[in-house]
Amino acid sequence: MIVELGHFALVLAFAVALIQATVPLIGAHKRWAGWMAVAEPAAITQVMLIGIAFAALTYAFVTSDFSVRLVVLNSHTDKPMLYKVAGVWGNHEGSLLLWVMILSVFGASAALFGGNLPPTLKARVLSVQAMIGVAFLAFMLITSNPFLRLVTPPFNGNDLNPLLQDPGLAFHPPFLYLGYVGLSMAFSFAIAALIEGRVDAAWGRWVRPWTLAAWIFLTIGIALGSWWAYYELGWGGFWFWDPVENASFMPWLIATALLHSSIVVEKREALKSWTILLAILAFGFSLIGTFLVRSGVITSVHAFANDPERGVFILMILGVFMGGALTLFAARSSALEAKGLFAMVSREAALVANNLLLAVACFVVFTGTIWPLVAELAWARKLSVGAPFFNAAFSPFFVVLALLMPLGAVLPWKRAHLARGMRPLLPVLVLALALGGLAFAVQTGRSALGPVGAVLGAWVVFGALTDLALRTGRGSIGARLGRLARLPRADWGKSTAHAGLGITLFAVCAMNAWAIEDIRTVPVGGSFPLGAYEITLVSVNQEQGPNYSSTVAEMTAARGGRVVATVHPEKRVYAVQGMPTTEAGIDYGLLRDIYLVIGDPQDDGSWAVRSYVKPFANWLWGGAIIMALGGLLSLSDRRYRVAAGSRRVAATAVAAE
Amino acid sequence: MRAPLFAVLALLLTATPTLAVQPDEVLPDAAMEARARTLSQGLRCLVCRNENIDDSNAELARDLRLLLRERLVAGDSDAQAVAFLVDRYGEYVLLNPTATGSNLILWLAGPAMLLAGLGGALIYLRRRRDTFEPTVVDLSNEEKARLEEILRS
Repeated sequence: MIVELGHFALVLAFAVALIQATVPLIGAHKRWAGWMAVAEPAAITQVMLIGIAFAALTYAFVTSDFSVRLVVLNSHTDKPMLYKVAGVWGNHEGSLLLWVMILSVFGASAALFGGNLPPTLKARVLSVQAMIGVAFLAFMLITSNPFLRLVTPPFNGNDLNPLLQDPGLAFHPPFLYLGYVGLSMAFSFAIAALIEGRVDAAWGRWVRPWTLAAWIFLTIGIALGSWWAYYELGWGGFWFWDPVENASFMPWLIATALLHSSIVVEKREALKSWTILLAILAFGFSLIGTFLVRSGVITSVHAFANDPERGVFILMILGVFMGGALTLFAARSSALEAKGLFAMVSREAALVANNLLLAVACFVVFTGTIWPLVAELAWARKLSVGAPFFNAAFSPFFVVLALLMPLGAVLPWKRAHLARGMRPLLPVLVLALALGGLAFAVQTGRSALGPVGAVLGAWVVFGALTDLALRTGRGSIGARLGRLARLPRADWGKSTAHAGLGITLFAVCAMNAWAIEDIRTVPVGGSFPLGAYEITLVSVNQEQGPNYSSTVAEMTAARGGRVVATVHPEKRVYAVQGMPTTEAGIDYGLLRDIYLVIGDPQDDGSWAVRSYVKPFANWLWGGAIIMALGGLLSLSDRRYRVAAGSRRVAATAVAAE
Repeated sequence: MRAPLFAVLALLLTATPTLAVQPDEVLPDAAMEARARTLSQGLRCLVCRNENIDDSNAELARDLRLLLRERLVAGDSDAQAVAFLVDRYGEYVLLNPTATGSNLILWLAGPAMLLAGLGGALIYLRRRRDTFEPTVVDLSNEEKARLEEILRS
């Protein structure tokens, strides 16, 4: 019964979305206030209906209702409760439900918090948002219904893919989807602005918090996914240039570009049509990502469901939305007249360079991702495009971006002098080069990657700090510190996010350049050296988990005769799917992770063991978290809160009348 | 074509133990082993989804690793050893696509896009710079009305 209620709520949500997609749009065109006002309650009704559907599906998973097809395919009574709940979105249909739920949450938040928007813009934004909802709800109801029942329910389910039975599943997809789907807000604002024919500083200010929020979620989502891969896959890799990773990375690159170009719109009323285009593309890449993950056209470690029918449907959604949006863009973008003027050397020009590099980097990732498909279709060449290509073709653009970043950040608006902008950064440059030299001297005879990473990271991080120091102006230390504390949060956010990127860049290089690896067989009780550590395999035992059996080793790492870490790497076999997984034993440290993996027993009774020292591993995700924190700081900037406050004043004034 | 491939893959993935490079594969000559590792990272495990043979747990990846090491021990150069595998498995095995023929488009797409973008940006920036600051014009009636609307709320 509850499952049917959920199904029914989903169909109702589809109907409400249809109304929300059309009525306010007509209302905005005809200036009928009543019709425009439909958008708000519709958006809130929609989120409640989809919430009911989501709760119903969760209920089916939690109670292991094996008359529901989806539960049979992805659950099992022995599965721990965490994965029964998280398993709701660990499959194609359920994740799609999460997708539309987040979409409706964003729509409802725009309805609730968008009080200061002009009524026509608000009606149009909510209407476009509902159009996306219509498309995806139709997709769900027609091809991927999560509520389908089975005529003869089996005794138990097929269990969830063991690789997904990890706390990562509880957090990674929701964050990622909040990011992906959050970009739909930027899209809706862009389309609404094109229909209105007006893009001004106010529009830039309205769209920015939504983009920023989506970007924060996307950053955290990608970082979580990367960390999950790092500890779960058993050899400490964190980024594979897999099509599905690229699918999340491309919207991130474009969203980053969008964040920067919308600053120019907000502060200088320039780059308007370009910003609109980026807003369209950012969501376009989200849709492309959805297509890549769910259609099976490109083989990937993440592949969800390989159903051509679904692929065609998503391709249609992609075609309609991108085709429609870009046509509208071509027709109306000339109406967006730019106002602010600026010189070749200026903050604006630096942001143009930022946008160009990010867009090209994204284009490289896109070409590489779809190239196997193109080559097979056009030239019947069956080929692969993997990590070596992306490392070679993508990295240069990002290196140039990192080199330009501190300089662009300190240039003044409108007109600047390169030499004058460069002067305060000279100490930073010297410091960065010195650190690079130090890294080179210490590492003795390894690849140049490590020192290069040290230079880049230091340049970006200390450049960001210098930027912050420059913002405090001149005067006594006390006066400057006082000004530092009173700087707008957006300035703090910018420097924090930039510094976070620097840290991540350095960690990527350091992990690739300075990792120590060892592969060998070890008898129980045996020891071997690993870098500065002495690793001992203390014992190996068989243990039983809730739905798996496990080989658990106890291993210690000693340094100078003193045990510094004891870890328990595991090798699990999940009974239902008969699939083995590795659970690495990781000792997390500030400067290094010790990463130990237990393998198979050998004929002579010893065990295969893989061990790594991963330098600066935590800095990689730490940098991403700092980036997200910078985004949060910027999101909490006074200018957004002031706008929110003025709305409340207006509301009470109306009530008093 | 694809379906049977996945069926094979599913079998291989479930039937084999985990752990990529096994201790018994490691060559005694450390320099040669290092070469083998570097090369393996650029070679695709044919039955896996976008994994290189160095990371993959599949049985076939192990065979390829052993084959590659065999060639290196037999005295092949890096290029010869890779060519040997490409001869047998096609260029699908290369994770780093060769910069030949139609693949040139792939390799040049980024730089070409950058040049085009740079050109576009330069034209845009020049135009911005060369246009004079507009003289201050009074607000249009529409703008005045909107300003009033804003001030009232």
